[in-house]
Amino acid sequence: MMRHLLSASDLSYEQALLILDTAQEMAKVSESSVKKLPTLRGRTIVNLFFEDSTRTRISFEAAAKRLSADVINFSAKGSSVSKGESLKDTAQTLQAMGADAVIIRHGSSGAAKRLADSHWTSGAVINAGDGTHEHPTQALLDAFTIRKHLHVGVGDLRGLTIAIVGDILHSRVARSNVILLSLLGAQVILVAPPTLLPLGVEAWPAQISYDLDSVLPQVDAVMMLRVQQERMADFFFPTAREYSHYFGLNRRRLSSLKSNAIIMHPGPMNRGLEITAEVADSARSVILEQVTNGVSVRMAVLYLLLAGAPSGDIEGSVQV
Amino acid sequence: MTSYLISGGVMSGDQQVDILIANGVVAGVGSAIDATAATRAVKVDAKGCRVLPGFVDLHTHLREPGLEESETVASGSRAAAKGGYTAVSAMANTFPVADTAGVVEQVYRLGKSAGLCDVFPIGAITQGLQGSALAELGAMADSEAKVRMFSDDGNCVSDSVVMRRALEYVKKFNGIIAQHAQDPYLTKDSQMNEGAVSARLGLKGWPSVAEESIIARDVLLAQHVGSRLHVCHVTTAGGVEIIRWAKSRGVNVTAEVTPHHLLLNDERASSYDPIYKVNPPLRTQEDVLALRAGLADGTIDVVATDHAPHPAENKECEWQAASFGMIGLETAFSIVYETMVKSGLLSWDQLADRMSIAPARIAGYESHGQKIAKGAIANITVVDPNRAWKVDRDLVASKSRNTPFHAMKFSGSVIATFFNGAPTVLDTKLVGASHDN
Repeated sequence: MMRHLLSASDLSYEQALLILDTAQEMAKVSESSVKKLPTLRGRTIVNLFFEDSTRTRISFEAAAKRLSADVINFSAKGSSVSKGESLKDTAQTLQAMGADAVIIRHGSSGAAKRLADSHWTSGAVINAGDGTHEHPTQALLDAFTIRKHLHVGVGDLRGLTIAIVGDILHSRVARSNVILLSLLGAQVILVAPPTLLPLGVEAWPAQISYDLDSVLPQVDAVMMLRVQQERMADFFFPTAREYSHYFGLNRRRLSSLKSNAIIMHPGPMNRGLEITAEVADSARSVILEQVTNGVSVRMAVLYLLLAGAPSGDIEGSVQV
Repeated sequence: MTSYLISGGVMSGDQQVDILIANGVVAGVGSAIDATAATRAVKVDAKGCRVLPGFVDLHTHLREPGLEESETVASGSRAAAKGGYTAVSAMANTFPVADTAGVVEQVYRLGKSAGLCDVFPIGAITQGLQGSALAELGAMADSEAKVRMFSDDGNCVSDSVVMRRALEYVKKFNGIIAQHAQDPYLTKDSQMNEGAVSARLGLKGWPSVAEESIIARDVLLAQHVGSRLHVCHVTTAGGVEIIRWAKSRGVNVTAEVTPHHLLLNDERASSYDPIYKVNPPLRTQEDVLALRAGLADGTIDVVATDHAPHPAENKECEWQAASFGMIGLETAFSIVYETMVKSGLLSWDQLADRMSIAPARIAGYESHGQKIAKGAIANITVVDPNRAWKVDRDLVASKSRNTPFHAMKFSGSVIATFFNGAPTVLDTKLVGASHDN
């Protein structure tokens, strides 16, 4: 296994499958009455969050605790340390405390890589979202969720078509998913207004469409991205109403999906903008399950990075 | 005053020739050298070397006054001398801004007292570099510093009326406006060249059109009012094309390219190491090749360093938090030699033109960029194309270490620099400099 998880592109096909398979084992732990393994006892894991993200932070925290690690939550947001110095200073502080792994969420693209490449900390670095770059564990949990529903939890994602809809330009979720889902053999279609697709997107392993209605009947899963209200102020689209009209998932569009297609959203949702409440709460929606699977996938990542087991059997026996 | 005999070097063609320097000037060349005087002179062995007019930089950030933790006029002068420069042009974005006669004279005098090269201040175009009210350009031109080149570098004069007025006004004293071409609306919070790499890295794109649209507007303005425009650090293939078109129409425009844009492309950003963060940004390899071709065919007139020192903490951070800029005085020749001469794109005479003769002519630095002939002021640089070296950021003369070329190997070195007849560098090492930083 690699030392850090900074980008979905760090993963080989085999490693990605190993994480998904391991996560499946971890899911059993979460379903048992005693939700705990002794695997990472005595190891210190730091949640280093420069941005607010309660759901990602508690997901990692739950994952680490279920593996018996000691968890330190470090919310650097709003601390008095000035911007530029804070990453280095904070990292060195954590190093001095003996962190075995640092889970970092940062508003700057590349911050996780900076931390991993620096000599500021020797621990494993896990990217929990860096600016508009990547969020690899989100992509892993999405792949896990898709595989569970559409490939009965086995193998890769070959034969599946997955649409990612919305603000691709600013989405770390989209970047990681394009890399990972295509690595696992899925066909990815990005659907967005041209303003919300990055210049240079042609080089990505994905198809591009501006027309959600023509895409929906082909797909096995549709992933709706959060659209931030402030994008309107930057003229990415005219109004929220127009955005919803062309790119929102509503009841009418739901009916054009294949019967077994699933609806996903990384959260937090803007109900009424990119997705209606009715769709978000429908039987097709696996949005809450994504949250559950997030813990299992993050347990797998922590386990594989820190316990360093090459494959298969999990120390502390999951089978109990 | 000690006299020097630069012996066995080549000035032009492949003829070895001796050059005698005495009393600040070239006292003789070749067979015309007085034999007695030659024996009294300190000999500088230049076998295998090229002897060139001292380099002239049109774009240097010396950071003084106000940002002395990054660089001072003295430390920047040392870096310049080490890089073979005998004249540099100090950019106006200091604190206070060089937008008055008082500040440009201060910088000019600091250069005189450092005494390692001429330091010619560039005046701000607008007060406080704010892009609106014109600074007192006439007062700066009439000052002791005799400013002729004006720039708001770092900021673009984006208001078309202000740009027009500046271009018109400097005609009074044959001045020139050096524009940092960057549409501010298209580049708000931009981090790197917009393209495939920025898409992958999730760093906000800096479109080439933001540079090209300003260059296009400015060459038309310069033509309209019949004034002189200098385009700072061109980085895009499209920019080169527009300048080529403007020159063909007779527009009085000149342009510069930096060594780093001749050598590095935007793939460097994949490391997220802000040592590669620079304004304007590193572009694609296609752009790099177009810049080399533009410098070769004379569309781009000069190489200018955009030497931009920053303290370590401004680069030891995440990309977005880091400052833009890289130092470049000490590596400029080696890079231009490697990318342009060794590759066959430029002759030695053309290198002398792009790094000395043309910049001196554009800015009106009369004692620089002159033919090395009897009676000329001895501003001379000796370079050895076969003396390889490895860049070490801990050994730079600049006060700052933000070089993207650390640990890179180059095949050519600056061996000696003579400023007004006195050596500032001999055998690649600084001489006669006060080491006060």
